Amino acid sequence: MNRFISLISGIIFGAGLTVSQMINPAKVLGFLNIFGEWDPSLAFVMIGALIIFSPFFHVFKGKKKPYFADNFYYSNNKELNKKLIIGSSLFGAGWGLVGLCPGPAIASLALLNTDSLFFVITMFIGFYISNLFETKS
Amino acid sequence: MNIINFTPASAFTGGLMIGLAVILFYVLNGRLIGVSGIASNFLNSKKNRIDNFLFLIGLIIGPIVYKFFTQDEINISISNSFILLVIAGLLVGLGTRIGGGCTSGHGISGIGRFSLRSIIATLTFMIVGIATVLIKNIL
Repeated sequence: MNRFISLISGIIFGAGLTVSQMINPAKVLGFLNIFGEWDPSLAFVMIGALIIFSPFFHVFKGKKKPYFADNFYYSNNKELNKKLIIGSSLFGAGWGLVGLCPGPAIASLALLNTDSLFFVITMFIGFYISNLFETKS
Repeated sequence: MNIINFTPASAFTGGLMIGLAVILFYVLNGRLIGVSGIASNFLNSKKNRIDNFLFLIGLIIGPIVYKFFTQDEINISISNSFILLVIAGLLVGLGTRIGGGCTSGHGISGIGRFSLRSIIATLTFMIVGIATVLIKNIL
């Protein structure tokens, strides 16, 4: 059952990226272009997602178990360190260069666009490299 | 500052759908969605590999389902500079793993549970993203 949920969540997530046009890098770059011709639309993606998820999370938090798994499993890391700032800065730079972040990049493979394929391949190389250092340290 | 191409209603609707996906995954499977985490764990870890794989496949099916129901063309416009794509892909792959999350993991799942760490991460990548676009426009 939870495999089916994983697939369904992915489909709804990917369709949401399409409806909101966050799948379009030009739309993302317009959102980040605050000092030029600014397209604030994508702020509403975050507002829409948070407005239903956040109350739900807090109401459900007291529950012992999720429906199709033995327990809840998510990072509760509270550390505020250099890694957080450096990593998020590198990510922000890559995001601003092309306008793709991981979700929209992967979803855009549906459009058989070779440019987004190049991006996704190198992003996975990045995941692989960071994992090498992670397991060493 | 000029405001252009403003589409708040479709952005909000898409946001609600993304929020719904995060809720389903959380309430039913017990995990919080962060796409960079799911994608990187799919590559690097055996744990939950099939779940992670199916989520990623779902992400790709999502736009196809959208197209099927609406009959709309999905138009995207992306840089065609190979070097820029490679540099950006590496930065996003490395950065999201070093910083422990991306727009979904920190920006939605993290902020939704009021994590200070995620709020700081989100502000950081937003500010650097805005600065990058600004610098690119000046050059």
